[in-house]
Amino acid sequence: MIHNETLPGRIVKFSGLGICLLLTVFPLYWILVTSFKDPGSIFAYPLKYWPSDFSLDNYRGLFDQSNFAVYLVNSLIVSTVAAAFATVISLLSAYVLARFEFVSKGAVMGAFLVTQMIPGFIALGSLYILMTKLYLVDNRFGLVLVYVAVSIPLCTVMLRGFFENVPASLEEAAMVDGCSRLSALFRVLVPVMTPGLAASYIFNFVNCWNELFLSVTLLNSDSHKTVPAALNGFISSYNIDWGSMSAAAVLSIIPTMILFAFASRYIVEGLTAGAVKE
Amino acid sequence: MALTDTDRPALKPPTRRPVTRRRQFTGRTALIMLAFMTPAIVFVGLFTYYPLLNGIQMAFRNYNLNDLSDTSWVGLQNFRTLLDDEMFRGTVKNSIVWVVGSLVPQFLIGFTMALWLRRRFRFRGTYQALVFFPWAVSGFLIGILFRWMFNGEFGVVNDLLMKTHLIDTPVPWLADAKYAMAAVIIANIWYGVTFFAIMILAALQSVPDELYEASAIDGAGKVRTLFSITIPSIRTTLALTVLLRVIWIFNSPELIFGMTGGGPANETHIVTSYMIQVTQEGDYGRASAMGVMVVFVLMLFAIFYLLAIRQRTPRTTGRRAAA
Repeated sequence: MIHNETLPGRIVKFSGLGICLLLTVFPLYWILVTSFKDPGSIFAYPLKYWPSDFSLDNYRGLFDQSNFAVYLVNSLIVSTVAAAFATVISLLSAYVLARFEFVSKGAVMGAFLVTQMIPGFIALGSLYILMTKLYLVDNRFGLVLVYVAVSIPLCTVMLRGFFENVPASLEEAAMVDGCSRLSALFRVLVPVMTPGLAASYIFNFVNCWNELFLSVTLLNSDSHKTVPAALNGFISSYNIDWGSMSAAAVLSIIPTMILFAFASRYIVEGLTAGAVKE
Repeated sequence: MALTDTDRPALKPPTRRPVTRRRQFTGRTALIMLAFMTPAIVFVGLFTYYPLLNGIQMAFRNYNLNDLSDTSWVGLQNFRTLLDDEMFRGTVKNSIVWVVGSLVPQFLIGFTMALWLRRRFRFRGTYQALVFFPWAVSGFLIGILFRWMFNGEFGVVNDLLMKTHLIDTPVPWLADAKYAMAAVIIANIWYGVTFFAIMILAALQSVPDELYEASAIDGAGKVRTLFSITIPSIRTTLALTVLLRVIWIFNSPELIFGMTGGGPANETHIVTSYMIQVTQEGDYGRASAMGVMVVFVLMLFAIFYLLAIRQRTPRTTGRRAAA
C-alpha cells in the first residue's frame, strides 16, 4: 500500500476523489447559480446550469423586501463580540488547565466535555425562563452571553491543546525576568500562539454566526433577529421565494467560508487532537 | 482584571524542573489560577448547567407557558404521556433510522476518502480545503440548500435524474412521506462525510509507515493490510469517532429544520426536532421530559458502547489515541 500503487489503483483513487469533490461542491455551486439567475428564470424549464442571464435582482429583492441588512449587522455584532469574549475567557481557563495540576481539574475538564455531548438546545425552555428572569429576552446582549457560555468549553479544550505545544520554560523565563504571570501570558505566550488563537476565534465566530435554535428562541422582534433566525422565518412561510432565499443563503455562507479557509488547518488540528485525546 | 501586579518579589522564580508540571504553588498562584478559571466556570455554570439542572425538575412538573396557573409536581406523568404518544414513538423510530442511515454511509465513504488521501499528492492540501467547506456551513443552511435541490418541481436532483433516465416523472421528494426521510438522510450523509474523512485521516497519519513496509515485505495484499494493519492500528479512534458521531447526529435537528421542518405529516421529525417543536409550543414540562430521556438514553448508550469496545480491545498500546 505504501510503495506499490498500481496505475489502475491510481485511476480509481483519483476519479473517486474527483467525484467526491464534485458532489461536495455542487450544492454550493447550485445555490450560487440560482441566486444569480433572473428571478423569472429560476422557475422555468429547462433548468439552466449556468446563469446566462446573470442578474443581481435576487439580491436587490432580498434587501428591498426584508430587513436583511439589519439581520446581517446583528449577526456580525453578536458573533464578533461573543467570539471575542469566549476566546479571552477560554484563553485564561485553558492556560490554567494546561499548566497546573489541581484537585478538581478532572472535574472541570469533565464538566466541559459533557457539554459537548449535550446539545445547547436541550434545556431551551428553562434557559428561556432564566433569561426572562434576567430581563435578557429579546436582547442581543443576552444572546451574546449565552453564546459565550456555549463556546467556552470546546474553545478551552482546543486552546489547552495549543498551550501544550508551547514549552512552559518560555513563560517561566519571562517570569524570572520579572514579568507577572498575567503579563507573561499576554506578552510571551499569546504572541507565540497567535495562529491557534485566531483559529479559535474564527471557530467561535462561525459557530455563533450559524447558531439557530437559541437565537430563534431568545430573540422576538424583527429588528433584533440574526440571520439564521430570519432565515427560519423565510422558510416557514407557505410559499418560499427561492430567488431571495438563495441570495440570503449565499450571503450567510460566504463569510464563514472565507474565515474557515484561513483557519481550517488549525481548526482541524485542534479538533482532531481534542477528539482523539478524549 | 486587577491582577496585573508589580509586587513580583512575592513570586519565587521557579528553580527546578521546567518540564514536569507537578509544582508546589504558593497561595498567590492559587489565587491567580482561581481568578483565571472563574469567568469560564461562571458562564458555563449559569447559562449551561443551571438551565440543565432546572430542566430536570421541570420534567416532573406540569409546566406549560400557555397556562402557568398550575405548575404542580406531576411525577412521571410527562414521561407517561410521551410514551403513550404515537407521534413520539414515531420520532424514536425515525431517530434510529436517521442515525444509522446517516452514519453507516458516512463512515464507509469517509474511510475510503481518508485512505485515498493518506499518501501525499500534489494539491492534496487544496483538495482537503475544498472538501472541508461543509464544516463552515450550519446544518440549517445545508438543509435549505438541499430543500431547494430536492424541490419537486424545479429541483436539480429531479432534473439530473430525469436527464439520465433514472426516473421518468419528477419525484415529490419532500412532499411525499415515502421519500422525505431518504432525502433528509442523503443530505446528512453529504454533510458528515468530510468529518469522518478528516478524523480518520488524522488517525491514519499516526500509523507509522514501517508497519506498512513490514506488511508489504511479508507479502500482504491490500485487503489484508487494511484489515490486519490499518484498522487494528486506528481502532480506538474509529470507535470513539463513531460514538461521537452517533451522539451528534442524534442531537442535530438543524438540518431537518432547514430541509423539511419535520414534515410532511411529521414523517421526518426525530426526537430532538420534535422536542424543539414542543418547546416552541410552550409545553416546557413535556419538552424537558424529552430532554431528560435523550440525555439518559445517550449516556447509557455511551457507557455500554465504551464497555463493549474496551472488552474488544486487548490492552490498547500507548498510541496517540491513548494520550
